[in-house]
Amino acid sequence: MPTRLSEQKTILSASAVERTLRRMANEIIELNDGTENLVVVGIQRRGVQLAHRLVALIEESDNAKVLEGSLDITLYRDDLQTVGPRPVVGPTDLPWGIDGRNVVIVDDVLYTGRTVRAALDELADFGRPAHIALAVLIDRGGRELPIQPDIVGKRIAVERADRVDVLVDELDGKTAVVIVPAVTNPAT
Amino acid sequence: MTSALGKDLLGLEVLSGDQIRLVLDTAEPFKEISERAIKKVPALRGSTIVNLFFENSTRTRISFEFAEKRLSADTVNVASTGSSVQKGETLVDTARNLEAMRIDMVVIRHGASGAAQFLADRIESNVINAGDGMHEHPTQGLLDLLTLRDHLGDIAGRRVCICGDVLHSRVARSNIWGLQRLGAEVAVCGPRSLLPNAIEEFGVIVFERIEEAIDWADALNVLRLQLERMTAGYIPSSREYNRVFGVTRERLDRAPRDILILHPGPMNRGVEIDSDVADGPHSVILNQVTNGVAVRMAVLYLLAGGRPELAEAAKGASR
Repeated sequence: MPTRLSEQKTILSASAVERTLRRMANEIIELNDGTENLVVVGIQRRGVQLAHRLVALIEESDNAKVLEGSLDITLYRDDLQTVGPRPVVGPTDLPWGIDGRNVVIVDDVLYTGRTVRAALDELADFGRPAHIALAVLIDRGGRELPIQPDIVGKRIAVERADRVDVLVDELDGKTAVVIVPAVTNPAT
Repeated sequence: MTSALGKDLLGLEVLSGDQIRLVLDTAEPFKEISERAIKKVPALRGSTIVNLFFENSTRTRISFEFAEKRLSADTVNVASTGSSVQKGETLVDTARNLEAMRIDMVVIRHGASGAAQFLADRIESNVINAGDGMHEHPTQGLLDLLTLRDHLGDIAGRRVCICGDVLHSRVARSNIWGLQRLGAEVAVCGPRSLLPNAIEEFGVIVFERIEEAIDWADALNVLRLQLERMTAGYIPSSREYNRVFGVTRERLDRAPRDILILHPGPMNRGVEIDSDVADGPHSVILNQVTNGVAVRMAVLYLLAGGRPELAEAAKGASR
């Protein structure tokens, strides 16, 4: 495990993440044609922190209050029977109705698409939004479901076994996006 | 089929402090699901759960059923008065029949201590003990712990006194073990005739007088006086019991601090607890009932599915 740390490669620095989020915030405003009826919902965990920053940036640039929420999709996963229970990490918090609103789902990394599938199912249990869009900081490809993002911070190509980690100040003490390559056996 | 809790939940005596904390932590987010307009998540979709109740129960059975349904499991209730059947044979037969119907979990309440263990040893499905004789009632113990934690913060170092009919109470045993695992100081208080003989071996303080218990405790868990056993001569009368051991407003008014009042139900108002205490500001009796659903959802979720080798791998991947 320790060898992983030394091999990891930073692909976005803190300032690059900031720049990228600023662009994404503007794209969200553009896509939504303003901020009216907009709800930004982060997926636990790091999607929540990213959503929070996007909301701040949107409010700054459009000078309006934007509704914010969070989703924990753990109980909507499709792998409980095979993989087993995972910790339910945070609350689902959608304090106002989402009926008729424009929801933007925010996640850190888009990979197989299964998390987003679960998020769509969970949102449907809370109401019927007029429109749902997907914004992700990193799209690493490798989809297993027909799900595509509307707004992307950065697209990258990595090996299947590689890990892409988004780090945020609130949980990790710094902001960055790093690639952690699959462990290769040093003996071979 | 092994989880962080093992295959079954048979009692709190066999759980570690970490396992108990895992259940309580998992129960937290489940509280919110019961507040939603659509009180249902798909986590246990496709699982079949049999609620096998050989003893009467309203609260526990309904609480389990809500928990199961809110996790989208399919449930079947089997009730049996069980008075004329020979316990051992019945359980073996029942177990075989259930296995043949391809079920995933059994929730069992039975009048014989050890019945849940007996069943767990004989079937592959997960078994959850919903009360076995005078042995344990682990989900009640867990919901009491969750309620205490909600109101007291950390349970470690807190003083909890279990009052009343400790002798016949599976709730008392689960509470004693659960509280001790989390580092609480535990006492019992009641007439000697209603305390087990070697109660000191549980590592608890024994109070002979309810006033002493009230003086000492941060919380009282007031047990139901099992009136149906009154003929056995354990106590002179329920009126005298109330006069000597009843948790009353007057007694609580003299307490040096605010005391949390718990009761597992059903209550005998005016016997072990007075109405103005049960409905008073320090009573968390209805919070216990609400927490019961969340705790049972957590237990079902933690026991469900999962092959251990894959679960380990997932732990690393999900950071």
